[in-house]
Amino acid sequence: MKESEGWFRDVEPGDLEGARAAITDGRADEPRDWPVAAVETGFAADTEEYYDALHGATLAATRAAVAEREAADDRRLIHMVRAMDDCRRLSNELAERLAEWGSSVDEGGTGVEYARTVVAGESGPADPAVRSLADRVVDLADEADRLEDDVERLAASVTPNLAALAGPVLAARLCSLAGGLETLAKKPSGTVQVLGAEDALFAHLRGQATSPKHGVIYTHDAVRGTRPEDRGSAARALAGKLSIAARIDHYSGDRRPELEADLAERIETIQARAGDGPEGDGHE
Amino acid sequence: MSETLPEGVERREIDGRKRLATRGEAVYGEPTDGEWRAWDPDRSKLGAMIELGMDVGLSGGDRVLYLGAASGTTVSHVADFAGPTYAVEFAARPARDLLSVADSRPRLFPLLKDARKPETYAHVVEAGLDAVVQDVATRGQARVARLNRRFLADDGRLLLSVKARSEDVTRGPEAVFEEVLEELEEEYEVLERSRLDDYHDDHLGVVASPR
Ligand SMILES: C[S@@+](CC[C@H](N)C(=O)[O-])C[C@H]1O[C@@H](n2cnc3c(N)ncnc32)[C@H](O)[C@@H]1O
Repeated sequence: MKESEGWFRDVEPGDLEGARAAITDGRADEPRDWPVAAVETGFAADTEEYYDALHGATLAATRAAVAEREAADDRRLIHMVRAMDDCRRLSNELAERLAEWGSSVDEGGTGVEYARTVVAGESGPADPAVRSLADRVVDLADEADRLEDDVERLAASVTPNLAALAGPVLAARLCSLAGGLETLAKKPSGTVQVLGAEDALFAHLRGQATSPKHGVIYTHDAVRGTRPEDRGSAARALAGKLSIAARIDHYSGDRRPELEADLAERIETIQARAGDGPEGDGHE
Repeated sequence: MSETLPEGVERREIDGRKRLATRGEAVYGEPTDGEWRAWDPDRSKLGAMIELGMDVGLSGGDRVLYLGAASGTTVSHVADFAGPTYAVEFAARPARDLLSVADSRPRLFPLLKDARKPETYAHVVEAGLDAVVQDVATRGQARVARLNRRFLADDGRLLLSVKARSEDVTRGPEAVFEEVLEELEEEYEVLERSRLDDYHDDHLGVVASPR
């Protein structure tokens, strides 16, 4: 069936929700002179009134579609980074099994790199079961690499400021741990600081341990590259900036390159303490 | 050189330099002078085409379809001097910024749609337009132009920016441009072409009319 009706056909003037749905879901094979058609059918008194209605309708439709798509992108990023972590973990586990098995014949080796040499026929026993297992290890590792590429691309568009500050993979992990960019944006920075350290946090709350200084953000150079006494301060500073980045990404979406410079400066100040003798606040 | 800028576009001295400018609310931190805002050719392919003296055939008040509106940098200027302006963008994040650009421009209509699927917006975008401006920077730029020909009036203009690297990173830009133009010419007559390298590396500006 050829479709050739304008978006306004079944929309009552003033029905913004109907207009939104018609803009979003409607189709037509060919365009027509819609402003004139809208006046002819009585949807609008004149073309100016038509364009006013169209403006309201396209704004509403696009605003709703943007929000929906962003939430979907969010969920996709979370699934993707979790799948990446699973593939990586499974391939490492199987690679260990493979190394144990394979090295009964020659010196063997470890990890995915060893599996690659088995697949290439450069090492390992001729046993087809070993070779098949090596194939699985390499496939999983390759899948993890592909997913990592995808995570990098998607994180840069879903959460551009956070990805710039944290690196795309850590940005995706933070979203994953929080359950979404929106929930991440709403968490206080002290919570962001210990995301991923929930076990340690609960042990602390039960009185069995000191409070954790950092969760998954430990993998960030700003923390790892700081001497142990100052890592608490570095983690706190980093978490503060990451929270701001997540909020900008969620609420406004514009890029703020100055956040990176701010963070670098804060971390430099903290790391410079190393030369200033024993004072500092790394003991919280 | 006698040039005919569209009505509503002027060369004005802003920040000590003669620049293209339009009248409207500032969008991307561009310098302004009263109600005039500078149109930066370094950030806009259409701005570069006009700056380079290409005859884009716009006169002011035109009805325009803009494909690849992104966050609205260029289409904000277009909406400042043109008439009804339909802005198609398929990525959600930049479209969110486009919304605020459209808020203050009552004849700018933002659409979150895929330019490769004109049937998903042909019920909104009117026929017989004066210009289709295209800056999608993805593979298949000629195909997008051909698919959207249906919106143009017979004497309308396609104002196309071709990014070589979006088609093929391995081949030289000239070879890519030739191939894109060849495909384009099945449905358009190319009136003018010019490299935009002074402002945008490895981009070609094309003015064409439907066959
Ligand atoms: C180079 S940017 C455009 C910049 C913009 N024209 C300006 O000057 O302000 C290209 C844009 O085209 C969008 N795009 C790419 N393919 C598209 C498609 N098939 N449909 C709609 N938009 C597309 C991209 O998301 C991106 O925002």
